[in-house]
Amino acid sequence: MSTSSNNEHTKVNSVTSGFTVIQPGILTLLQDAGRFGKHNIGLTNGGPLDKLSFDWANRLLDNDPNACVIEASIGGLALESQINTQIAITGGDAEFTINQKPVASWQTHSVKVGDKIAFGFAKNATRHYLAVKGGFQVEAMFGSCATVVREKLGGLNGSALKAGDALPCLVNTNQNTAQYKVSVSDQPNYSGDITLRVVLGYQQNTFSHVDKARFLNSNFVISDKCDRMGFRLTGPEIKSELHTKSGGMLSEGICYGAIQVPADGQPIVLLNDRQTIGGYPKIGSVFSLDIPKLTQRLPGANIYFEAITIDEAQRQLHLAHYRYQKTQILSIK
Amino acid sequence: MRIEVAGENSLIIYFGETTAPEISAQVQQASKTLTAALGDLIIDQVTSYASLLLIFDPLAIDQFKVRKIIHECLNNDNAVASENTASSTQPIVELPVYYSEESGPELNLISQNSGLSIDEIIEIHQSLSYRVYAIGFAPGFAFLGQVDERIASPRLSTPRLKVPRGAVGIADRQTAIYPDVSPGGWNLIGLCPTRMFDPGSTPHMPVTVGDEVRFKSISKDEFDALGGVIGDYQ
Repeated sequence: MSTSSNNEHTKVNSVTSGFTVIQPGILTLLQDAGRFGKHNIGLTNGGPLDKLSFDWANRLLDNDPNACVIEASIGGLALESQINTQIAITGGDAEFTINQKPVASWQTHSVKVGDKIAFGFAKNATRHYLAVKGGFQVEAMFGSCATVVREKLGGLNGSALKAGDALPCLVNTNQNTAQYKVSVSDQPNYSGDITLRVVLGYQQNTFSHVDKARFLNSNFVISDKCDRMGFRLTGPEIKSELHTKSGGMLSEGICYGAIQVPADGQPIVLLNDRQTIGGYPKIGSVFSLDIPKLTQRLPGANIYFEAITIDEAQRQLHLAHYRYQKTQILSIK
Repeated sequence: MRIEVAGENSLIIYFGETTAPEISAQVQQASKTLTAALGDLIIDQVTSYASLLLIFDPLAIDQFKVRKIIHECLNNDNAVASENTASSTQPIVELPVYYSEESGPELNLISQNSGLSIDEIIEIHQSLSYRVYAIGFAPGFAFLGQVDERIASPRLSTPRLKVPRGAVGIADRQTAIYPDVSPGGWNLIGLCPTRMFDPGSTPHMPVTVGDEVRFKSISKDEFDALGGVIGDYQ
């Protein structure tokens, strides 16, 4: 179970059917922060493709940071509320409506019984997060309610949302109707060409200097083979000496963001639902803070890579964490 | 031992470059020792044939400290692990397999390529005990090694779209049981009625990395009695 934080302004109690799915959209999944510590039985992480937008959705509602939210990819989701509660919307750029009336993203909204909530379709930024006060109340499997369809784990019976699904929520008796938002200057920008910082590592020394230089100085494009397991990119061929070595390499653990380069020389950035072990050479891993820039985007977007050291990456993580903690939420009313 | 950066919060430790029980035992020992030394600072880890991927909490510890702990812990460890290799202490898990052309569509292919009869292939496959070298690919998928060279077979050039739950396969010198229906390119030789991954029971798997596994041939009647089902091959 996701737990709600203890906020003195809020009283939440028993679980009820909070929302009914009228239309599930392209790919809509319940996600918490992910399933960790289970690689030993072959389970992947799952969790949000855009961690920052996920974090903001929960934080706007003062939820537990690991509370379960909806991740709606591309769009098309339509829900009907069965309760009076508060929701928060963050992430992609699909139009978002309550009772057919467009309302702003990156903020909270009050909804009441019978309200119809709907996403249009993304133009450029594809991952949307809808959090509800207290989080969606689904049973954790292996410590998490993150949905991994390939593993049939998490969410409602390990599946994407379907029409008719009932999404359990806490009954929210909060009478405080103050709304909160993230200021525009604190919202991420998902447009334009993308530069992904990369911590070089793993089999990087099996790529020649020329191949590494080609990797770091060329334009790659997101192909149409992109899903929650990985984003396959197209660009100049990058070769590793392991591609032609007889017997290849032994399978080994794959971390989040690892860039695998199979024999065709086209890199694949491995993501939340990746397999936990594999035997293709890897040149390094994309810095986690840059992953949403990739996962928000559609096929055709331009990608560039830039090398950073593990120490620089770690320093940037600390700074980003501090900035996030310091960022003020704005009160609307 | 060689340590490489894997990602911003991950280091990978290599103990060798071959599939061998001694190396696998070192990986297992290192995983145990480092789990005890680092506790909650480790978010996740992957033990595989000859490597250990350690994923740490990057807001709580940095790579320098992790490397220091790895060196401190593992210098003593290697001696311990090589004394304790594989076969001496591991339990042997016996798994039943219904080998037949009906449940093992590649028995004929392996027979053609190897010149062995189907009965010989079955006999050879169950004559050795196998070590669990890694678990991954899918929940509960255990990579077992190594099969006798005479029955080693390259992956199918066109993988199947659907392999049934319990299918026992061979790829090169590895063998494994598909824990659930999935696509797959291994050469299928039989069906195992034992659930390899069960979210509803504890433990979730009958084996863990480092265990020894032996296969035992069973008849169709025994397979049925153990609840075996011959699923779809596509």
